[in-house]
Amino acid sequence: MTLDRRSFLKLLSAGAGAAGLPMIGRAAELMPKTTRRVVVIGGGFGGTIAAKYVRKLDPTIEVVLIEMERNFISCPFSNLYIAGIYDSMASLTIGYDKLTANHGIKMVYDEVTGIDPAAKVVSMKSGTLSYDRLVVSPGVDFRTEEIEGYDAETPHIIPHAWKAGAQSTLLRKQLQDMPDGGNVIISMPLAPYRCPPGPYERSCLIADYLKKHKPKSKVILLDPNPDVVAKKPLFMKAWNDYYKGVFEYVPGSKVTRVDAKTRTVYVEGVEEHKGNVVNLIPSQRAGKIALKADLVGEDKKWCPVNPVTFESTKHKFIHVIGDSCAPPSAVAPMPKSAYSANTHAKVCAMNVVALMNGLETTEMSAINVCYSAISAHESVTVAAVYKVIDGKITPVPGSGGLSPVDFSQTKREHEYGESWLKNILAEMST
Amino acid sequence: MIRKLSLRMLCLLTLSASPWALAGPPSAEMLSYACAGCHGNDGSSVGPSMPSLAGQQKDAFVIAMKEFKSGERPSTVMGRLAKGYTDPEIEAMAGFFAKQKRFLTGQNIQAEKVTRGAALAEKNCSKCHTEEGRTAKEEAGTPILAGQWLKYLQFQSEDYKSGGRKMTKNMGNRVKLLSAEEMDDVAHFYASVK
Ligand SMILES: Cc1cc2nc3c(=O)[nH]c(=O)nc-3n(C[C@H](O)[C@H](O)[C@H](O)COP(=O)(O)OP(=O)(O)OC[C@H]3O[C@@H](n4cnc5c(N)ncnc54)[C@H](O)[C@@H]3O)c2cc1C
Ligand code: HEC
Ligand code: HEC
Repeated sequence: MTLDRRSFLKLLSAGAGAAGLPMIGRAAELMPKTTRRVVVIGGGFGGTIAAKYVRKLDPTIEVVLIEMERNFISCPFSNLYIAGIYDSMASLTIGYDKLTANHGIKMVYDEVTGIDPAAKVVSMKSGTLSYDRLVVSPGVDFRTEEIEGYDAETPHIIPHAWKAGAQSTLLRKQLQDMPDGGNVIISMPLAPYRCPPGPYERSCLIADYLKKHKPKSKVILLDPNPDVVAKKPLFMKAWNDYYKGVFEYVPGSKVTRVDAKTRTVYVEGVEEHKGNVVNLIPSQRAGKIALKADLVGEDKKWCPVNPVTFESTKHKFIHVIGDSCAPPSAVAPMPKSAYSANTHAKVCAMNVVALMNGLETTEMSAINVCYSAISAHESVTVAAVYKVIDGKITPVPGSGGLSPVDFSQTKREHEYGESWLKNILAEMST
Repeated sequence: MIRKLSLRMLCLLTLSASPWALAGPPSAEMLSYACAGCHGNDGSSVGPSMPSLAGQQKDAFVIAMKEFKSGERPSTVMGRLAKGYTDPEIEAMAGFFAKQKRFLTGQNIQAEKVTRGAALAEKNCSKCHTEEGRTAKEEAGTPILAGQWLKYLQFQSEDYKSGGRKMTKNMGNRVKLLSAEEMDDVAHFYASVK
């Protein structure tokens, strides 16, 4: 069953006029709850998998997945589209119909605007939904208030392209329209942020594009962090071996002011960088709804959760997974990646089902692998296996690490990376 | 996956340990689900280079993981991942994937290569890779090849031919009779088997 705002309004107006019909804004229950129900917010890398695995493990539990868009477009590999290596985003796009057909997941296309943890109800524009347990996987929101001059218009002139879709198309078009000799500025976020290697991957692929099409141009990466955050030796080698002359890396450069009209960013408010194309990726925090529902911790940014069940430590019966969550971690926290979100979702679903059936929970076992393209046909990876040690999510000692720095595996890893994306998107949508 | 409240949990409850201390050790499902993001739904890959694990022989799976772990078998990423699991965990995952049905997705395969490959496979490989690669016999650790992704089989053939991946002596005796081109024909054949 599928209900969007439009058909819901139609449904309402069909019976309108009759007395006592609940009004929108007065929180009409969209689907009265008749059985045990899990509601999932966000049909991205985390949410789809949580919804599917709850149904797979216990089909007697009703699962409703709420997503505000009709289609989901993958951020992973969207840099290849931006840099003109992929012609379209078709291979990055999925829909939700088969989740309903194959797994009986009920889809609601709307935006969640509030959560009432005491009443166990979520509210949307079109009405409310009650839950027994709620899984929240809304991705990230941008801390634009930290950049002077950033307003609602800014991303339409200088895109972040950190959520794939229209933003990716805009950045791609700006690169293509840029004259040879123009400069591209990427201003990246402070750690932690979505996809640690992502900005470096983007810098390589844009440099690859410039090398081929605009050799007099240059891409400048402004990094507010003191040093390369992820896959350092691998990106350093790619910059040195492949992109000398078309690429410049400037660490410790925090952009705090922007003038979109002149395409200028200011490091620490003063040092001016003007580009023909500016890709300003603001620093981040948990998705808007997590903040609104008081799921974030003392840092006001990320959501503290139990490392086994991913249940919020702030509100019972609400679980937070994916980019938004911050479980207690040792050595190095799991990166905010699609693979992390995918494995969080499975751990969470298993334990949600266990808790709802009064059974023993199971210790988490999770993986993260991130493929990053360093050129049109080469990729490198970082990998790790995680488990809980002394109450903290910890990489299993001796496991994981980076691809070999001699680039002996890059071509094969690129082929495997493309298959990874196909498989993970198929897992989310079939 | 559903287990009854264990005695251990009841003991721990009375000790009022931290919430995670109440959890049981990772089950076969908990361990294996994490692999599906790369290897596909329950180990059935939609390709085109990632190998399917669904329906793989248990002993072939265990040997592959142990050889990844020790570094004996070359890999891009599996070596780094296999080091994260104990031998009993590897056994548990092998059991999980062996039970899964392998769903096949259509592949781009050249018919004339399949015909040539079928004859070469029958003559040289079928002693161990039995029933056109649907089953395995004779030597411990022989994997199922039927319907495996072509690109993956080609990578393995390249590695066997270059010496990067070691073979058992008996398989080596056969592979050395085949040219790289013929190995490719056989790869097309096994990929085509439904
Ligand atoms: C350029 C780039 C490259 C990347 N490359 C990789 C990579 O190679 N490998 C990798 O593992 N990761 C990569 N990532 C990271 C990956 O995209 C994220 O980590 C992942 O999407 C996180 O999953 P999530 O479920 O937390 O959020 P998302 O996948 O973003 O899903 C959130 C969903 O929730 C919906 N939503 C949000 N709020 C609401 C609401 N209030 N109501 C209804 N719906 C809502 C959104 O519309 C969205 O569909 C990359 C990211 C970027 C930007
Ligand atoms: C990042 C993607 C990725 C993840 C995650 C992953 N694998 Fe793999 N797997 C591969 C690739 C790629 C290969 C081919 C060997 C290589 O290059 O590493 C492979 C090969 C294998 C093989 C050999 C298959 C054969 O036919 O011989 C086995 C067994 C295997 N993986 C098991 C696992 C298990 C178990 C897990 C989860 C614990 C897992 N894999 C997680 C990418 C992955
Ligand atoms: C004597 C038995 C035997 C014969 C004959 C044999 N194989 Fe194998 N094959 C094995 C074993 C055992 C393995 C696992 C090797 C390992 O441990 O790495 C294997 C593995 C493979 C693999 C790797 C599959 C994977 O999932 O990674 C391929 C491909 C393969 N064989 C192809 C062939 C071909 C082609 C022939 C014929 C030319 C052949 N084999 C003949 C025993 C045999």
